[in-house]
Formats: sequence, structure tokens, C-alpha cells
Amino acid sequence: MTRTPLRPLPRILSAREHGENPDAIERENLRLRHEEMRDKSRDRAEGRLLVLGIFFLCAFLAVGMRMAVLAASEPSEPRMAAAGAAIVNQRADIVDRNGRILATNLQTFSLYAQPPVMIDKEHAARELVKIFPDLQQDQLIKQFTGNRKFIWIKRRISPEQKQAVHDIGDPGLQFGPREMRLYPNGPVASHVLGGAGFGREGVSSAEVIGIAGVEKQFDRYLRDPANSTAPLQLSLDLTLQAATEEVLAGGMRLMNAKGAAAIMMDIHTGEVLAIASLPDFDPNNRPRPLTQGDQSDSPLFNRAVQGVYELGSTFKIFTAAQALELGLVQPETIIDIKGPLQWGRFTIRDFRDHGTQLSVTDVIAKSSNIGTARIALDIGSDRQKSFLQTLGVTEPLPFEMIEAHTVNPLYPRNWSEISVMTISYGHGVSTSPLHLAGAYASLLNGGTKVTPTLLKQDGPQNGPRVISERTSAQARTMLRKVVTDGSATFGEVPGYHVAGKTGTADKPRTNGGGYYDDRVIATFASIFPAHDPKYVLVVSLDEPVETSGEEPRRTAGWTAVPVAAEIIRRTAPLLGLRPQVEPGPITGVTLTAN
Amino acid sequence: MTEMVYGAVPARAGDPILPRWWRTIDKLSMSCILILFGIGMLLGLAASPPLAAKNGFAPFHYVERQAFFGGLALAAMFFTSMMTPSLVRRLAVLGFIVALIAVMLLPVFGTDFGKGAVRWYSLGFAALQPSEFLKPGFVVVAAWMIAASQEINGPPGKMMSFVMAVIIVAFLAMQPDFGQAALVLFAWGIMWFVAGAPMLLLVGMALLVLFAGTIAYNNSDHFARRIDGFLAPDVDPNTQLGYATNAIREGGFLGVGVGEGQVKQSLPDAHTDFIVAVAAEEYGLIMVLCIIALYATVVVRSLVRLMRERDPFIRLAGTGLVCMFGVQAMINMGVAVRMLPAKGMTLPFVSYGGSSLIAGGIAVGMLLAFTRTRPQGEIGDILLRRTR
Repeated sequence: MTRTPLRPLPRILSAREHGENPDAIERENLRLRHEEMRDKSRDRAEGRLLVLGIFFLCAFLAVGMRMAVLAASEPSEPRMAAAGAAIVNQRADIVDRNGRILATNLQTFSLYAQPPVMIDKEHAARELVKIFPDLQQDQLIKQFTGNRKFIWIKRRISPEQKQAVHDIGDPGLQFGPREMRLYPNGPVASHVLGGAGFGREGVSSAEVIGIAGVEKQFDRYLRDPANSTAPLQLSLDLTLQAATEEVLAGGMRLMNAKGAAAIMMDIHTGEVLAIASLPDFDPNNRPRPLTQGDQSDSPLFNRAVQGVYELGSTFKIFTAAQALELGLVQPETIIDIKGPLQWGRFTIRDFRDHGTQLSVTDVIAKSSNIGTARIALDIGSDRQKSFLQTLGVTEPLPFEMIEAHTVNPLYPRNWSEISVMTISYGHGVSTSPLHLAGAYASLLNGGTKVTPTLLKQDGPQNGPRVISERTSAQARTMLRKVVTDGSATFGEVPGYHVAGKTGTADKPRTNGGGYYDDRVIATFASIFPAHDPKYVLVVSLDEPVETSGEEPRRTAGWTAVPVAAEIIRRTAPLLGLRPQVEPGPITGVTLTAN
Repeated sequence: MTEMVYGAVPARAGDPILPRWWRTIDKLSMSCILILFGIGMLLGLAASPPLAAKNGFAPFHYVERQAFFGGLALAAMFFTSMMTPSLVRRLAVLGFIVALIAVMLLPVFGTDFGKGAVRWYSLGFAALQPSEFLKPGFVVVAAWMIAASQEINGPPGKMMSFVMAVIIVAFLAMQPDFGQAALVLFAWGIMWFVAGAPMLLLVGMALLVLFAGTIAYNNSDHFARRIDGFLAPDVDPNTQLGYATNAIREGGFLGVGVGEGQVKQSLPDAHTDFIVAVAAEEYGLIMVLCIIALYATVVVRSLVRLMRERDPFIRLAGTGLVCMFGVQAMINMGVAVRMLPAKGMTLPFVSYGGSSLIAGGIAVGMLLAFTRTRPQGEIGDILLRRTR
């Protein structure tokens, strides 16, 4: 497009010649140009307005179509569980090694009130108190007449209670489904299972979360919806667990103990088959933690796992085995046990006088503190410490219970010679009974390390070697001698060749230093059968006293050992163990006359 | 002599105001607006009683208020539509200045009514939202400036109006009221587009908006949540959107029946932002399609009439007003059907709201004033073309 100049020179010149005003030409050109511009912009605007119109038409059409599509689709009910905010239920079951149920879920209901839709609030409160005697009528009325729009009344109610509440007939009393955790065996294996409670709560569902034991340890696994059909299988055997708890409870009562713990473990696989702590509780109705006093007196306290005790003479076999392994002594080596043994300001005595000399086997069998201490002096502190570390009694166990991770064994920071001597017979070092079971298994199964576990295993653990097979066999022989000739003669169970070691430790005073004279922890750590060990059993009684004799007897030989023997007698057949019955005397033909 | 002594007999240049108004007004658009207002009243009867009950008023408290403000709005609309475009422009400029000052003073004298954004002046019996009045004023002023820039040796109107738009957007964003800010920007963009914006710049603008949106998404939780909710394939049925969607489904083609709807009980914004959901539930798809058709008629018909308009100012101002009106309706309904991310925007003339109703009446009045049939110099055109 050629642009015409506003003041074309020829026209200006000719205008000047004719005496006209040249500005008129400029103005005329300006007007023309302006009009041309307006025409152009109007054409463009027309096109663009058309585009706008089509755009709006299409947009409105699209909205209309979309509306039609929506109107034609099916409405969905508003659900509480919207995508992304769902509370996932169906917690996986927990079963024992044979698939028997230890924990499962049960559909129950929660009860809540919506005061704005209630009709007769006082009547409802009165009737509710009749159904749930633990509710307070005044408080209910106060809640119902207050400003609140929503009140939880009961978290879990039974079908009968639900029907009764339903019969009150108030529309403001409403039910929400609740999946709750059920432990059908009641208090059996209560400490292992722990318990479950409600986490986030909605009206139509609530999250079930583990609050202790394996429920908490495996909470993530149990809650994973992918595992809802894959139950968590524990190493426990429900039958064994029940039998162990029953015998232990009887023993605890007979021995007047205030608490008891027992652990039955497979010596090769490390699977805990039964683990009991008394007093116990019902995980379906888990008690609250104590608000005052010693938490270790609470039924929630797991003595087998959380209880850290000086386990006494049961440690002597560690000293003897290490000395044998190092070649310092032989089982027949004679040890000087003349007492009392003075070391600095400490005096080490034996419970009974066993003369002046004993072989190493007899030091264990008779449980001589002095003899063990003398052997330990030859071993020295570094070697003793590292051996105990190898056995795993100085560190928290990686046991599959949430409580186990914080259980720190106690031992002297400064491992002096007097510590070496006291630790050799199990004083000055505190561990849990579970630690002891693990150490016994490692030492006596042929000498390979075993870590206790609560999950079912496929085969032996075959851990690193702790001690030679020969030493392990020698230690078993010594422990067998303890039962046949030594301090644990009550532990003999015909046919099952029990071998073990007693331990009686004075309890430390709770307020300040020193030990009680009349309060002991009596422990019997045993394996059976001695010639081909398959199981470890540790029984520990808290403050037992046996009063059938003239004076009260507290030693493990009189308290823990008979209980352990009874447990073995009851459970060995359940374990499928064949008794090795010695052939009786050959009877000849006897003639009897009537 | 008589005339010199007594003055001339007042003679009208043309026919009287009312007949001329009736002859030249866009009667179809005006009827659509009146029907929309009627529908708004009808829906208000259904949608607002739960809210009135909640706030402790008589059941039809909000309907009465709507009728009162609606009367004012219609009066304003009729009155404005009778003015000449130049009078509209003069008054709009004055109104714009007043509204702009009012918006600027909001942080000092405004209240937020506990809603987290300082947008209102409390007048005791009612709340005034000055940004509603600012929008039509701005459109007219910007159109005036852009039109002036198209004159030879005219002022740089496009740049001036853009700077003004940015200032207004800044003040609105401060409240914060991103919806109104976006509308102002959109109106300016439309006018700029119609006034002949270069295509390259338009594409650049689009990219800029995308960029700004990304930044807002990354920095504002509120904004990001809304976008996420929009992009999520499943609508959470416990959000406003979920209830609205369900209400539309519930209504189907013929609706559940007058007064039978449930969505108004659960949606706090049933009478404003989600009024279309109430309409869909109670009266069904038919009602919604009617509403859409009414808006589409107003918008498309006004645009068609503006296509014939020769005066650049009238063309631009009319386009800005009608597009703002249309896009507001479109966004409101688009949100309800989940075609657009959730953004609170009222449905013009249908939603409850005093300021928005009166400002809407004024805006539509201006639009009707601009789209009136007037001589477009067709004859001169023909004659001039011949001479050329």
C-alpha cells in the first residue's frame, strides 16, 4: 500500500500559485487517512468480535453439554471415606505357628449422640444409664443440653447393647460401625500381642492401631491393605503357651512369688515357642499403665523381656565354658575353693561349705562362687567382656516386640577384677530372662549363635560360632550333672534328660545401695534333652519363698526348679519329644500263690 | 419578535425519550436479563432459607433483600440504558474515580466480615463491595482511552489503560480478590484484542499467564489445593464441588421437584457461587439449559450488534462489558460442572448479593445503552465510497 503524503508538493505548489491555503489540503488528506484507518480497524474488529462470539457460544455449549452428561450419570452417595482420606480397615490377623488365631477383627458398633435431633433428652439419658451403668446421668443431660452437636457415648458396644439403645427410640442416638481387635484366647500370650486401640476416628469407621507388643512392632505390616489376607505368623505355639502359663501360674502361687516369667525356645532356630510373664492381663481390655509406684509391678510389665535382673549362678556356665574353650582348665581340673575369698574390701562366700577343693564339673554342680571366681581371674576382664558380648547379653535384643528395643542390660562401666569375679557367678550384671535364654541356646546347641525371634523360621539359624562343639558338649555334661547330682535335683524329669543351672540372686534394694536379705530372684535355665538338645527353658520367679520346711527356703533349687520341671513334664509330650525310658529291671517269672 | 420576547417554543430535536428508547433498545437482550432476574428470585426462594435459618433470620429474609436490591438494580439498568453513550461515558468516568478511591481506601476503612478478605464497606443495613462498581467503570474508561489512542495524534491510551489495569489488579490482589482481579485483566485483554492487538503479543500474554499461574500454584497453598482438587479424577464428595456435582446428578433431566433439593442444606454458598447446582437439583437440566441459553443470547446478540458499530469507543466499551458479563456466568457454571477449577464467582443477576446485583444492573444498563440502534452513517458511507 502506498502511503499518500499529507502535503504532496505538486498540489501545495499549485495551490500556492492559485492563492489557496495549502493547510486545507493537509487537513483533507489527514481526514482521508483517518477514515481509512478507522475502516481498517473496524474491519479487523468485526472479525475479532466474530471470533469472540463464536468462542462464547462454544464455551456455553460446552458447559451445557457437560451439564447434560453429569445430569445423565448416576448420583453417588456422599461417603465418609473419600478417595485419599480413607480410613483403611481389615487389619491382618495374627496366628500362631500352626495357624491358630491369636488376634482377629470383629465388627461392632460405636454409639454417638447428635443432640440437635434428639427428642427427649432426659428420657434418653435415663435409659442410657440403665444400659450402661458406668455412665453418669447428670453428665449426659448436661452434654445433651449443651451447645455440642456431636458426642461420643461409647466407642464399642455389643449387639445386645445396640439393640437396647435402639429400643430407646431416640433419633439422636446413632451407631457407627466399628471394627475392633479381638483376642479370642483372652490373656494367653497377652504380653506378646500387646493390644490395639483406635487412632483416627470417623463416624463410619475408625483406624485400629497397635499400641504394644507385636501389634505395635508390626503395625505397618498389619495395617497394609495388601496383607489383609496374609496373617502375621508368630513362632508361638498356642498350646504350649497356654500350658506354660498355666503351670507357671500354679508354681507362682505355690512358691508365694509375686511374679514369674518363663521362656521356651527352640535351641537351633531361636523361635520362641512360649513366653509368659505373670501377672498378666486381657488384651481385649488392656489396663491403664500405673500412675504411681513401680511400673514393674504393673501387669503390663513383661518380666521375660523387660525385666532386667541379676540372674545369679546361671552365669557360672559361661565362665566354665570359656575357661574350657581357652584351655585354662579341663572338666576334671581341681579348683581351690577355700573360703571366704578376700579381695580388697570384698568377701566372696559360698552358700554352703563344699570343703576346700572341687573339680570344675563339681564347681558348677555344687554352684561354688569361690571356685567360679578363681577360674574367672585366669580369664581376665577383656576376654570375659568380649565373650559375654559374643553371647549377646550386653546389648538390647533385636526381638520382635516393641518393648525389647529399649531393654539395656546393666553391667559395670569399669570392668575391674572384682567385677570379673562377681560377674563370673552372675552378680553385677543384669539382663532379661530372654537374654539368658538366647545365651544358653548359643552356648549349648553346639556352639553357634542364636538370636531369639518371635517369627516362624524355616530352619536353624546357623549363626557364627561362639564356642567349639567339644566345649559345648562338655558344658552340657556339666549342666546335666547339676540336675543329677547338684543343686537342681528336683529338675529331673524321667525320660527327658534335663540339664540346667540354678541361679539365686538377692534383689537389690530399691531405695539406695545394698541387697535385701529375704528377697531373691530364683532362676532355672535349662535345656532338654541333654544329649541332643532341642529346647531351652528359662523359668524365673520373683521373690519366691517355699515354706513347707522348717525354715523358709528361697533358693532356685527349691523354687524355680520344680516349676520348670513341671513345665517340661507337661510340655515335652506336646512338643512331640519321645521320652528315653531306661529299660526297667528284667523281671523273671514270678510265681504267686493265691 | 414574539420569540425574542417570550423565548422559543421548546422543540424536540427527535422523537420523545421513551418511544425512542423503546424503538432502539435491544429488546431481546433486555428480556433475557429480566427473565434471568426472575429465575434468580425463584432459586433464591429455594436456596436461601437454610442460610437464613442458620443466621437466625426469617426464612425469606434473603429473598426480600434480593427483591429490594433487584428493584434498585433494574431501576439503575433502565435509567442507564436511556442515556446517550457520551453521557454514559462521562458518568462512568466519575463513578470509576469514586470507586477506585473507595477500593484504595479499603485497607483503612473496610471490613472482612470474618471471611479473611477485606472487600467490603459496612453500611449497617448492607455491605458495599466497591470492586463490583469498579469493574464496569474501568471498562468504560479503558475503552475511552484505547479509542482515543486510535485517533491520529491521540494519547498513548493503550499503555495508559494497561497501567491502570495493573494498578487496579494490584489493589484487588491485596484484598485478596483474585477473581475480580482476573476479570479486570480479562476485560482489558478483550478490549485490547478487539482494538487490534498484534497476534504475537497475544501469544506472549498467554504464555505469561501460564507462567504466573505456575508460580501461584507453587507458592500459594490455597490456590494449589483448588487446582489439585480440579485435576484429581475423583471428586471428593465432601467438598463443595462434590456436593454440587452430586446435586446435578441427583436432579437429572427434570429435577427432583421444587423445594425437594438437599444440596442447599449442605452447601454454605448455595445461594451465591453454587446457585446453579440448586437449579440443577430442583428443576433439572432443562432449567440449567434455559439459564445457559439466556446468557448465551445476551452475549452473542450484543456482540453481533457491536459488530455493526462504527464508533470505536462504543464498540470497545460494549465488548468489554458484555464479555465480562459472559465470562463471569461461564466461570460460575463451569466451576459447578467441574470444567474449571473452583473459583468463587457470582452468577450475574441470579446469585444473591446486593453490590453485585446493582453493579450488574448498571453494567447491563450501559451495555444496553451502547447496543441501541443508532445511525451508523451507512448513507454517508455509500456516498463517500461513490466519490472515492
